[in-house]
Formats: sequence, C-alpha cells, structure tokens
Amino acid sequence: MIRDITLGQYYQTESCIHSLDPRVKLLGTILFIISLFSIRNFSGYLVAALFLAVIIRLSHVPFRFMVKGMRAILFLLLITVVFNLFLTPGETLVSFWKFRITQEGLRTAIFMALRLTFLIIGSSVMTLTTTPNHLTDGMEKLLKPLQKLRVPVHEISMMMSIALRFIPILLEETDKIMKAQIARGADFESGNLIKKAKSLVPLLVPLFISAFRRANDLAMAMEARCYRGGEYRTKMKPLAYKKQDAAAYVIVILYLILTIWIGRILQLL
Amino acid sequence: MGIIKTSKLIFEYIRRDEDGNVEGITRAIDNVDLDIQQGDFIAILGHNGSGKSTLAKHINAILYPTEGTVWVDGKDTSVEENIWDIRQKAGMVFQNPDNQIIGQLVEEDVGFGPENMGVPTKEIRERVEESLKAVGMYEYRKHSPNRLSGGQKQRISIAGVIAMHPKCIIMDEPTAMLDPNGRKEVIRAARALHEVEGVTIVLITHYMEEAVFADRIIVMDEGRIEMQGTPKEIFSQVEKLKELRLDVPQVTLLAHELKKSGLKLPDGILTIDEFLYELERITGKQNTPGKMGIL
Repeated sequence: MIRDITLGQYYQTESCIHSLDPRVKLLGTILFIISLFSIRNFSGYLVAALFLAVIIRLSHVPFRFMVKGMRAILFLLLITVVFNLFLTPGETLVSFWKFRITQEGLRTAIFMALRLTFLIIGSSVMTLTTTPNHLTDGMEKLLKPLQKLRVPVHEISMMMSIALRFIPILLEETDKIMKAQIARGADFESGNLIKKAKSLVPLLVPLFISAFRRANDLAMAMEARCYRGGEYRTKMKPLAYKKQDAAAYVIVILYLILTIWIGRILQLL
Repeated sequence: MGIIKTSKLIFEYIRRDEDGNVEGITRAIDNVDLDIQQGDFIAILGHNGSGKSTLAKHINAILYPTEGTVWVDGKDTSVEENIWDIRQKAGMVFQNPDNQIIGQLVEEDVGFGPENMGVPTKEIRERVEESLKAVGMYEYRKHSPNRLSGGQKQRISIAGVIAMHPKCIIMDEPTAMLDPNGRKEVIRAARALHEVEGVTIVLITHYMEEAVFADRIIVMDEGRIEMQGTPKEIFSQVEKLKELRLDVPQVTLLAHELKKSGLKLPDGILTIDEFLYELERITGKQNTPGKMGIL
C-alpha cells in the first residue's frame, strides 16, 4: 500500500540520539561536516571515524541503513577518486601506458573518498533519527533570526510540513488516476523514453488539477481555523533544550576542537 | 438576537470573461433572513446549487455579503477586525476529510486552531485532550491521519473545531464523501456535542435521514429559503419537497404513499418506530417486536 510508505528515511526506534532536540542534530551535523573539511591528515580521519562509529552505535539504527545512502553517490565517489588519482601532478608512484599515479594523487583520492563517505553517513544519521516533522520544526527555530531580514521562515516551514502531509495523499491519487487511465487503454509502460514521457501527460494534468483544488480547499480550511501566518501563533509542542542537548553540544564542540588540534600538533612535529 | 442572524442577505457571483468584463451575475443567495438561537440544532437542506454552502461560508466570514448583513454573536462579519473572533466563535467543518487536516499527527491537527489563536502551550494540550475525548478519538491521538477512515477523519476535523471553543459549529456536508458507517459516526458525534455540550449546530446536508434529528429544518432553493419548520412540519409536505427536487426519508415516503392509497396514517412520520406505532394503532393488532424486526 502506498499509504504505508515512510517519508524521508526515518528509522523508528528509541535511543538517546533520537530523543535529542532537532536543532542539536542539525547544528551537530553541520559542525561535523566542517570538521571533515578541516581535517588534513589520517589521524584526524581516525578521530572522525571513531566519533561517527560511537554515534551510530548510540543511535540503535542498523549500519546497513547508513550504507544505503551511499549507493546514490557511488558513481560520484568513483569519478572523484579516479580523477584525483590520475590527474594530480606530483611525484610518480606507479605509471603504466599514459597514466601515472602520483603520491599526492593517491593521498587526495583517499582523502576525498573518506570525506564524501563520512559526509553521507553523518547526514544519514541525522535523517534516520529525526522525523521530517521535527526537522522542519528545528529548521524553523534555527532560522528564526532571518525573519528580521524579511525571510518568511514560518511560511517556508509551514509549506514544508504541508507538503510532507500531502505527499502520501497525492501518491495515492496518482495511483488511482493511473489505474483509471489504464482501464481506458492508456499505456505507461512501452515505447522509448520520449513516448513514455508523453504518455505521462494524461496522468499529470488531472493530478495537477486535483492538487490545485486540494490547495484551495486546504487554504480555506486553514483560514476557517483562524490561521493568519506566524504572528500571535503559539505552539502545542514547542522545542525546548534539555540537559542532554547541552551535553551533546559540548561533545560536538570538543570533537571539532580535537580534530583541528590533532592536525596542528602533527604539523608541528 | 440569536447567535447567528442574517438580514436581507444577498450574495452574487460575478463571472468575468478573459478581459475582465462582466459576463453574467449569478445570485447564489437571494434575500435570506435567518435567526438561529444559541443551542439550536439546525439542518439546512437543498439540492446542488441551492446556495446552502455559500450561506455557510458567510457565517464563517469566508465570504462577505454583496448586500445585507450577517451577524455572528452580535458581530458584523463584514467588519475586518471582527473576522478572527467570528471564525473562533463559528467553527466550520468541510466536506472533504483529506483537504482540511493540516497536522501530520491527529493531536497536532486538533491543536492547529488553538495554536493560531495564541492559546498557551499547556492549555492547548488540555483542549486537545478534551476535544478528542468528546468525539471518541482520544486513543488515536498519536496516529497519522492518513491511516484513518473517512468517518474518523471527519471526527478529527470536528475535534479540531471544538478545541477552539466555538459557540456554534457549521458542518458543510460533512458526510457527503463517507460510507454509511462513517456517516453514522459523524452524526452521532454531532448529536452528542449538541446534547451534552449544548453547542449550536448548523448541519448542511442532502441526506434527509440526518435532518430528522434537527430542531428545525431550513429548505433552500435557488438561493432563497423555501421552507422552514420542525422536521415533522417539513416532511409532511412530501409533494412540495418533490417539487424542490428533494427526497424525504424512506419511511416518510412509505407512510405518505400508504396514506394516499387509503390508510389513515398521520403526516410527517419520521422514524421506523413511529411508523410501526401508527400501523399498530390503525390495524388494532399488537405486533410482537420480534416479528416486526424482520421488517
């Protein structure tokens, strides 16, 4: 059933990572990514790997779910590695035919591969342990200062959460329209790419019409329930930092200092 | 003055062509005078295009009168600063259950109204709890609305309105998209609210069976109020209703036809029990309930 699909890739379980405030996870992920790009040596990556391993362990999410995210960027990863490996000038390590692998090339290739892998796994940890709903909430709260610059923060997050609510409904509708068209002889399967794309038109037109109708209805229903944007609005479930969130911030910052510091120390030696 | 009052209400839809010239004017509501008292259960009947939904949208200040005035709890809906008060006092439940649920969890959706009104967090939680209990959906509070049945979704929508503590609830064909079971659920919830909490209810419907429970029925046709009265008064005029392209409840129709062919039944029989009672009275036979149950 389409209505059973999970949105995003949230993995339902209980853990201390799951119960963290979404803001901590968002900022933590950003700090982790910063650390990845400031690391200049292997021992730094060792620290990052250890840190990530501990977090994954704490999150109670099976490791294979983290690796799933890797599949999408496998191709990108391969290209990065190959280009770095063969095209970096420097001291030749191995050479055959027209290609040569340099010491510097090997080093950057491995660094890039590690960086990308950790980046994907790191952000997977965030999306796997936070519901999309919580993420939007966290983002709204974090971006609040931008409201002074007339960025419609509340509106953006409201749009995101409404979109999340309507994705399963629209998917179900697509399914319904598709079946109705197939029953009347429509063919969505055969033909080349262009023909297939063309056959989607009778599917998309009614879908769009219905989406607009729904949007219209929903807007009316929201107004009828006194919705008037973010002003005066209170929250049923306001985000509030707890002790564990403060502890998590401290840990992430300590980690960031550690990775940078290790790089410096080793450079001095 | 009652909780809802309209005076000489007129609403016109103006159709325009591509250049913005007026092509035609449709009068959706034509000179409607209404007076609904606090605590009433009103049913508004009418076939498609009779203006009943348009009327409902005036009570919630979604539409404004072209001419005439609408007052909700003594406040004029065409005055800009009144609309938030009016929308809080006159909650509205719409037809399509999917298109009026905003939250991703049942309790979040019910909390949406109070959130908009600026109710403090602690009180929102209390309101959500009590309104979900009032419609019997409390155990579903952590569920996603996508997995509920149509009737359950409509009960959530009703709870979402109750959480705003309105004085009256306008239901615009809340059962039109539901199966018979869902219809029963929703009507039961509406009646309970009316009887237990004393909320004024305006139910717009085209199911005659649902209108039977009302204190007063208003029949609309082409934007005008054609008939007004108690269910008994309305449904005893079978021929007039047929002229307005409306049905009567099946029992009422049966009684009416029997009466036409000579049986001495009274007008305006609304329920099966009543019908049985009258049948027994005129035939003089005492039917055992078991036997009649087959009927």
